Amino acid sequence: MELVCPAGSIPALKAAIAAGADAVYIGFKDDTNARSFAGLNFTDEKAQKAIQLARSGTQSSKATKIFVAINTYPQANSWHRWQRAVDQAAQLGVDAIIAGDIAVLDYVAQTYPQINLHLSVQASATNRESLEFYKNNFGIRRAVLPRVLSMAQLSHLSKTSPVELEVFGFGSLCIMAEGRCYLSSYVTDQSPNTGGVCSPPKDVQWSDTPEGQETHLNGVLIDRFKADEKAGYPTLCKGRFEAGGDIYHALEEPTSLNTLDLLPELKAMGISAIKLEGRQRSPAYISQVASIWRQAIDRLDLPTNAATHNAKQDQQWHATLAELSEGHQTTLGAYHRPWQ
Amino acid sequence: MQLSLGPVPYFWPKQQLLDFYQSMVTQPLDRIYLGETICSKRREMRWQDWLDLARFVESHGIKAVLSSLTLIEAESELKQLTKLCKQDEFLVEANDMGAVNLLSQQGKPFVTGPAINIYNGRSLRLMQNLGLERWIMPVELSKSSLGDTLQQAQELSNEPLPETEIFAFGQLPLAYSARCFTARQRNLAKDDCGFCCIETPQGINVTSQDGEQIFTLNGIQTMSAKIYDLCSEVDSLKQLNVQSLRISPLVSGTSEAIHKFKQAIDGTATENGDAIPLMDLSNANRVCNGYWFGEPGMDLHRQ
Repeated sequence: MELVCPAGSIPALKAAIAAGADAVYIGFKDDTNARSFAGLNFTDEKAQKAIQLARSGTQSSKATKIFVAINTYPQANSWHRWQRAVDQAAQLGVDAIIAGDIAVLDYVAQTYPQINLHLSVQASATNRESLEFYKNNFGIRRAVLPRVLSMAQLSHLSKTSPVELEVFGFGSLCIMAEGRCYLSSYVTDQSPNTGGVCSPPKDVQWSDTPEGQETHLNGVLIDRFKADEKAGYPTLCKGRFEAGGDIYHALEEPTSLNTLDLLPELKAMGISAIKLEGRQRSPAYISQVASIWRQAIDRLDLPTNAATHNAKQDQQWHATLAELSEGHQTTLGAYHRPWQ
Repeated sequence: MQLSLGPVPYFWPKQQLLDFYQSMVTQPLDRIYLGETICSKRREMRWQDWLDLARFVESHGIKAVLSSLTLIEAESELKQLTKLCKQDEFLVEANDMGAVNLLSQQGKPFVTGPAINIYNGRSLRLMQNLGLERWIMPVELSKSSLGDTLQQAQELSNEPLPETEIFAFGQLPLAYSARCFTARQRNLAKDDCGFCCIETPQGINVTSQDGEQIFTLNGIQTMSAKIYDLCSEVDSLKQLNVQSLRISPLVSGTSEAIHKFKQAIDGTATENGDAIPLMDLSNANRVCNGYWFGEPGMDLHRQ
């Protein structure tokens, strides 16, 4: 099972490689990828350097793969940027392009048939027929699945999927079918599909009021925190709203996905890769999270009884991951049926 | 310019739904989309009921199109989707690429709903090559984006373009999740939901803590709280060669909306006449049109 780690900068990439990532996914410095934040991502020169660093390997002299996410939806007047991104990735000789828009997928398949195509989570493929569609038409080798399937559904899909499957292991939790969520553009003028960003930082306002600290997104009150509560980033689906007379997290609490406990099952199903979310995270975060997941994946190859007396290690890993999580709590998300 | 009625996104008792369509077939509609697009657990209407309803609609001279479920996760849902795509009586609106695959492999023409991501002219032509004959633009895209898309598609080929339908009225479909938010509001597990969304015929309103209406919970779907209304934009829609406008059903006021659009299309609405006002600007907290102008969807753009 491959460990696919995020990197939004060269130091983060180095941290991921040092922690034992099998592959690192990056994006270019524009809106062609779904983490289009200021100060993040790779210029052509930095991407070149990333490839060199990944190819040179670590002490164990193993090369790390580089995937490039070109996974937002180009509009007609900006198509040239997506085309340029694909050309650039091809020139760099990346190990895979991660894309969701069918025009981008088609351009890669027609122009660079030798490049591995991975279907982005933004394409929102959740079933066998959808995966067949992308395989038949664009020859995708792998698909990253949206965070909407239960373990039973995933298990079934893994038996019938025409392509390799990659699933999210840890990080910020999208609770909507990715690529089909416009909450962000409804309140701001950008969504992951159009602007490569959800709940964009440019629209965030923090303010102290007599009622407590408030977070707004483009003027809409997302949450209000009491003195003893830690104010979180105003991601729209994690806000506290009023519905049916109650004020609560109507969609989801601030929490991160953590599937560490599901790892043995995911491996048994034949899942090809585990993806860690977080290209916007610091090198220190990536180092900590990636090394835990590296150890957890490697541990699966130990004799079966060895895993059973690792409860203490599990506890430490969970504590560290919770500390690094949104709202200091984690969830199994949709994998765990009662969450739904 | 044609008028379409989108699928009912809410869960209504069977009789209420049938009564609704009984009145809709007398409306000046060219096309009615039918089917459960949100949750496969909603089974007031069985497969045969939908087919019967589609035949009833067509017996009134209105074209019926069957709309597919949007989020397909379970094997049972895939089976139902296969059945839908295999029938030959009615055109299908694909709301998931799985449906596009099933239809295109049989060489059948199809329509794509607003949850199919066609964001540019290249994608539009690709889908057309697979059998697309009409597309509903994703709701978050604007007038200028539509213009660019159609122009790009025209530059790519001399083929006539597929028909364009625009979501022009109703609560906007904004997101789909594995989680049921209606059950969550009731503190019920999804597997034990008791089909409680049948008690909320137009969803559950979500407001911010300072009272601003934001979203609507409709089972696993999140919708806008405001009504998207492009009635005052009929001229710009015509200029872009949009062939069809979609009215998304509401629990009440759907007929009024259809008439309002019909008048706007026919040019029979007069400023001082007895026509229904195109857009009640005093009701800005209930109406929005921002997406069409490339602005936040919930905004109301005033010229």
